[in-house]
Amino acid sequence: MKVTLRVWRQKDGNSQGKFEEYAAEGLNPNMSFLEMLDVVNEDLIEKGEEPIAFAYDCREGICGTCSCMINGKPHGPENGATTCQTYMRSFKDGDVIVVEPFRAKAFPVQKDLVTDRAAFDSIMQAGGYITSRAGSCQDANAIPISKEIADLAMDAAACIGCGACVAACKNSSAMLFVSAKAGQLNLLPQGQPEKDSRVVNMVSAMDEAGFGNCTNQYECSAACPKLISEEFISKMNRDYLSASVKGLFSAKAL
Amino acid sequence: MILDSKIPSGPLEEKWDKHIMDGKLVNPANKRKYEIIVVGTGLAGASAASTLAELGYSVKAFTFHDSPRRAHSIAAQGGINATKNYQNDGDSVYRLFYDTVKGGDFRSREANVYRLSQVSANIIDQCVALGVPFAREYGGLLANRSFGGAQVSRTFYARGQTGQQLLLGAYSGLSRQIGLGNVELFANREMLELVVIDGHAKGIITRDVITGSIEKHSAHAVVLATGGYSNVFYLSTSALNSNVTAAWRAHRKGAAFANPCYTQIHPTCIPVSGDYQSKLTLMSESLRNDGRIWAPKNPGDKRPADQIPEDERDYYLERKYPSFGNLAPRDISSRSAKEVCDEGRGVGETGLGVYLDFKDAIDRLGEDVIRERYGNLFDIYHEITGESAYQQPMRIYPAVHYTMGGLWVDYNLMSTIPGCFVLGEANFSDHGANRLGASALMQGLADGYFVLPYTIPHYLAEVPREPAPPIDHPEFAKAEEEVVNRTKALLENNGKQSVNSFHKRLGKIIWDKCGMARNKSGLEEAIKEIPALRQEFEEDVRVLGAGDNLNQSLEMAGRVADFFELGELMCRDALAREESCGGHFREEHQYEDGEAKRDDEGFSHVSAWEWKGKDQPQVCHNEKLEYERVKMVTRSYK
Repeated sequence: MKVTLRVWRQKDGNSQGKFEEYAAEGLNPNMSFLEMLDVVNEDLIEKGEEPIAFAYDCREGICGTCSCMINGKPHGPENGATTCQTYMRSFKDGDVIVVEPFRAKAFPVQKDLVTDRAAFDSIMQAGGYITSRAGSCQDANAIPISKEIADLAMDAAACIGCGACVAACKNSSAMLFVSAKAGQLNLLPQGQPEKDSRVVNMVSAMDEAGFGNCTNQYECSAACPKLISEEFISKMNRDYLSASVKGLFSAKAL
Repeated sequence: MILDSKIPSGPLEEKWDKHIMDGKLVNPANKRKYEIIVVGTGLAGASAASTLAELGYSVKAFTFHDSPRRAHSIAAQGGINATKNYQNDGDSVYRLFYDTVKGGDFRSREANVYRLSQVSANIIDQCVALGVPFAREYGGLLANRSFGGAQVSRTFYARGQTGQQLLLGAYSGLSRQIGLGNVELFANREMLELVVIDGHAKGIITRDVITGSIEKHSAHAVVLATGGYSNVFYLSTSALNSNVTAAWRAHRKGAAFANPCYTQIHPTCIPVSGDYQSKLTLMSESLRNDGRIWAPKNPGDKRPADQIPEDERDYYLERKYPSFGNLAPRDISSRSAKEVCDEGRGVGETGLGVYLDFKDAIDRLGEDVIRERYGNLFDIYHEITGESAYQQPMRIYPAVHYTMGGLWVDYNLMSTIPGCFVLGEANFSDHGANRLGASALMQGLADGYFVLPYTIPHYLAEVPREPAPPIDHPEFAKAEEEVVNRTKALLENNGKQSVNSFHKRLGKIIWDKCGMARNKSGLEEAIKEIPALRQEFEEDVRVLGAGDNLNQSLEMAGRVADFFELGELMCRDALAREESCGGHFREEHQYEDGEAKRDDEGFSHVSAWEWKGKDQPQVCHNEKLEYERVKMVTRSYK
């Protein structure tokens, strides 16, 4: 099969970018989208043109590195799949495919299709953890956790930190990411002691990083390759409200 | 070069405790004066960096990824072993130790493996405390599953994403320390040289992959947790950016490289479908809990699976290894699949595949139970192949998955360069000639959480208490110049062939001649072909773009250049090891029934290779493996 690509090319963060058109020919429908880009890059190298920079690593949908906007959708047309797990059989012979980087103020473009998503790390550093020093823990079975809660925490923990939620949102909000991260820990008994400070600090780091506000349209959840539910956003809002009210009244534990 | 394993004296059970007591400590007020570089932020690196920072050391963590959370540990699916004996099925520290030594075909270091088994239970406690959402039973307690090479259920798991959840746990601890200012994070940095001053590791040279700037970092000790070298094969289950460069640069500066020929071929991966393919995808070994492996009895039987009657199917693992059956260890299962395909009984378009069939399990347990256990794996299989494993058997074939070989380390996890420590898959120490499933995650976290934090003070307390060397030291300048020159040479080479095309050709040589089965003539050919290909690479590789911004071809070119040298060493190692053991199968050394024939008299040792300069063959040093407790026996899973 054959397709035409319109690809965003940008030398680095300080340069202007623009679309370039490339023909991708002799494709196999069972190629992944990134393998198709590999083929295009080999052709470019052959012609003496610099290959397209795009982010990738595991190529099995778990590391969260790949991040293309394909025809205006983060990770392309398939629901619940990353770019590396999107196959050319999802496109038709002769299609024109527009490929861009994720667009968000908090995710500046570094080159071509590669963006800087360190803002997610800064949110995690602000509170995305349970304080637990190595060597200080009790037996793992000392706190039973109901299967229902454990499964819910696991649903939230499936987030791969790719940033598709931000790219899909018209406000570039990171609420789905932050709520999945905070939600996982806030659901678990181990996460209770830091529950309030966690949610307050993570939300404040999110705002500081330049992500926008949530207007409850849930494009994020629809675009999420791991299908993280928007219900975690509601949970985070409740946790945040509860923490803020306590903060407002300087409520003491006693 | 002297290989002193520093194994403590005394009974096996007491060695680790005794070693901790015998070692020196660094007092709490002095810890912050020690700077420690940790390269790599996978399970081993992230757990080490966060734990060292918790203890008070000044830590600098490096990753070539954009975020520490992307390290390839994230892709591990099946689980992590620990001797909790929560199943009441007779597990114990000794049993996990014995299974691991036996699984490694009696080619690992007894004392290291025992310690690994001892600390395994603490890892689960630590991970649960960090909020890792392991699978649980309805009563709220932790669930376990079985894995290959064991007859007890000791594997903890988080759906099919155990590696991701453990890594995110370690990453959350690391993030906390970064937030507190105890760890300085250097993301997007690739380590391209180790700096050695007066025989001690004192720093690294990195390239910022986004800006291209070459940077110098100094410290009191350097910890390498940089993963394995499976990508020397081009096609493997490793992430595409995984590479040997950090370890190889340390090797070239004096760190012995041990047992490079011990590579693990995982039995259950999705078969190759075309030559455009960039990587292979694993299907977790946990599937063998409920899936039955079979191939048609008759060569050339091309009927669809459901039209092959029961009596014309060969459930070859159950037939050959009745007591372990489909849970035979990885090396044995892989080799059996190869044998079946070599006999012309392979399935699928290419004939390089066997069936992994869930029909019986679905009939017995219902589709919902199977979906609950393996749903995301079945989804991955469906995404890649377009086939549903609920309706027809999966097709699987072995693929390169893990490398047991790596930099030689002593009991303290220190390489032959004082001050250079090596953790996780990057070292050689715990898995012998074959790793059991669910043990890589265990080893990575054991090294980082519970071993290095105890052993690194032994070294630090011995070196003079003075600041880390200044980065204008001549050795830093020299190492920096080497990196600058290598980078420049690649960019200015003006050749015609892409980096990828060379990598593919190298991978084919290694897979054909140093893969699942090896023989003398093949290895001798490879030892001639690889340097010739390397020379062609040096003369004709084409790396476009510039050095002052993101240049993925340039990064890959540097890695492939190191893979050539490593690949050659793997073949030399495989040639020198005139026996079959674990993942190393020499066709000349097998029993009549095709089982591996070990030679304990001649080869019960670690082969540690010393770098002697470019175009000079490395020199092999042997560390004799002394088994104080375990009796070496022929490994049988029958």
